[in-house]
Amino acid sequence: MKAEPQFAFLDEGSKKEIRRATLKAVAIPGYQVPFASREMPMARGWGTGGLQLTCSLVGKDDVLKVIDQGADESVNAVSIKKLIRATTGIPVTERTEEASLIQSRHRIPEVPLTKDQILVLQVPMPEPLRKYEKKESVTKRLHAESEYSGAWLMLFEQIMKYGRTTTGADHPVLVNGRYVMAPSPIPRFDNPKMDHSEALILLGAGREKKIYAVPPYTEIRSLAFEDHPFEGEDFSGKSCRFCGATGVFLDELYIQETGMTEHQCNDTSHCADRLGRQEEKEVQHATI
Amino acid sequence: MGYVAVKGGTDAIEASIDRLKYERLKGGEQVEVSAILSSMRLLIDQVMSEASLYSPELAALAIKQAEGSMEEAVFLLRAHRSTLPRLYYSETVEPERMGVERRISASFKDIPGGQLLGATHDYTHRLIDFSLLEESEKKRKQWLDQYEEELSALEKATGDGTYPKVVEYLREEGLFETFEPDNTEPDDVTKNVFQFPASRSERLQILTRGQTGAITALGYASLRGYGQVHPTVGEVRMGQLPITVPAHGGDGEDDSYYIGSVRATEVESFVPMPTKGPDGKQELRFEIGYGICYGQNETKAIAMSILDQCLEHPESDAPSHDEEFVLLHVDTVESTGFISHLKMPHYVTFQSKLDSVRNTRKGGDGHES
Repeated sequence: MKAEPQFAFLDEGSKKEIRRATLKAVAIPGYQVPFASREMPMARGWGTGGLQLTCSLVGKDDVLKVIDQGADESVNAVSIKKLIRATTGIPVTERTEEASLIQSRHRIPEVPLTKDQILVLQVPMPEPLRKYEKKESVTKRLHAESEYSGAWLMLFEQIMKYGRTTTGADHPVLVNGRYVMAPSPIPRFDNPKMDHSEALILLGAGREKKIYAVPPYTEIRSLAFEDHPFEGEDFSGKSCRFCGATGVFLDELYIQETGMTEHQCNDTSHCADRLGRQEEKEVQHATI
Repeated sequence: MGYVAVKGGTDAIEASIDRLKYERLKGGEQVEVSAILSSMRLLIDQVMSEASLYSPELAALAIKQAEGSMEEAVFLLRAHRSTLPRLYYSETVEPERMGVERRISASFKDIPGGQLLGATHDYTHRLIDFSLLEESEKKRKQWLDQYEEELSALEKATGDGTYPKVVEYLREEGLFETFEPDNTEPDDVTKNVFQFPASRSERLQILTRGQTGAITALGYASLRGYGQVHPTVGEVRMGQLPITVPAHGGDGEDDSYYIGSVRATEVESFVPMPTKGPDGKQELRFEIGYGICYGQNETKAIAMSILDQCLEHPESDAPSHDEEFVLLHVDTVESTGFISHLKMPHYVTFQSKLDSVRNTRKGGDGHES
């Protein structure tokens, strides 16, 4: 009854299947490849698509980083790292530069990724057209025919109603001039990081059973109109209260003691890195 | 104020897991796996059915680990399933060969072979039996010995435990359309993700591993009015199905190994449907809704038979006839997983939406407003 533990949890047959779907996804950028998603020891909706990609890709020489909404120590990131560590024994890191495999929920790290890295994004809702078409059989046809007027109309209606587009995270993008794709709910701020990314970006939706990809150096355009250009979240005039960073995605905090709103880096390892370097400088400065 | 959202996550999680273990152990008494196996038959059946993994021992262990939570126990088994290599497909199981433990028909009183009530809660009054509070080992043993003695006397008189199917009887009368057996290899939904429209084999697989409550609710909705299916239960049978796998290297069709049997519930529901007769006149004919699941779980199997019939008729507008609506929402691991993911932090996505909401409250960028 007691089974031998498997390297990276999944049996080898399953991994092979997932890698085959991944290769197809890389070959057709932005196209959602259906795959027979396995049940994982984590709940559906908690990153099982990303986790299956990670398990199918991870080898003994990999170094893994997992972030959840920007944080390395967030509940779910910790739980995923624990599982991969327990089943593979590979090292984990918080430093973006050190990782060969990065699994992330809803953020792309602030440090630019390189061609030696793979970014795996967890996807809750892979279908960008689902908001206006509930049937899978219909959205599949719409993609096949590049029939995206619904996606444009959605944005147009927002402009008519509110004077601007009101997408939050998951603002749809056009991949390689062909497929409209849900970039997973990364903030609009991160959309431009996908464009001509040096790293391979893989997106996995476990519950919806889809894998799709943005291969390196692929053109990614966020859907927008000429007279209403695409805009990321605005953090102008704001900086991190710890490391002072500007031009990064910031978390907003309400400080109870002062009743003031303050900001801090959302990418925690980037922030810690900057703080470390500042400290180093101070130390060096002090010894002189 | 510390950097709360960032550091300390690992320690907090460890503490939470310890707390969970404490909750399982603090009462001082534990149900052993063997006790679950011998006393929680129907719970085990339900867990195996929703997990689509037939192993009473593993199901009992999962129930112990999950503190009796259906959702968690099924989840454990499903995840365990993902670590196992798939070595064989069994040969086609013929339910006529079921070693029947219970078999009833709601359509006919006199069915060939007779009605066999077997073990069921159907005919009990649901009154709490307070005598179970003080059920002694001795009394149990006494009752068992006596019962088993009567049983062995009875069993000598009965046959091999197989019964003809009720539906055959009606088929002979021409009340059902006769179809050629469809021997297409079934599609395996656990190895290949299904596409819409789904094949019938895919539909049946999704339904049989569906959450009991979800299948029951949707079947009930159809029965009550959101659909057009009101069946008569032609036959419910529950018992042991023998499983065989083909022998490797064997060349003849007879080369197969018996690897054990699974207990299952099978239902065939009869649904009258209007059709056109040979002379173009409107007439009624029966169609069959099919339900089957691991273990004894008659409500689920009957509800499944209703949904099977519904999905054969996508022309109806009712949601129970819409295969995307039914098939994509009945899986317990998927539904409970996605509902529970709402407990995860949504700080970035919420910040992003907040940005949009604030911007619209500022009145847009002035182009149209």
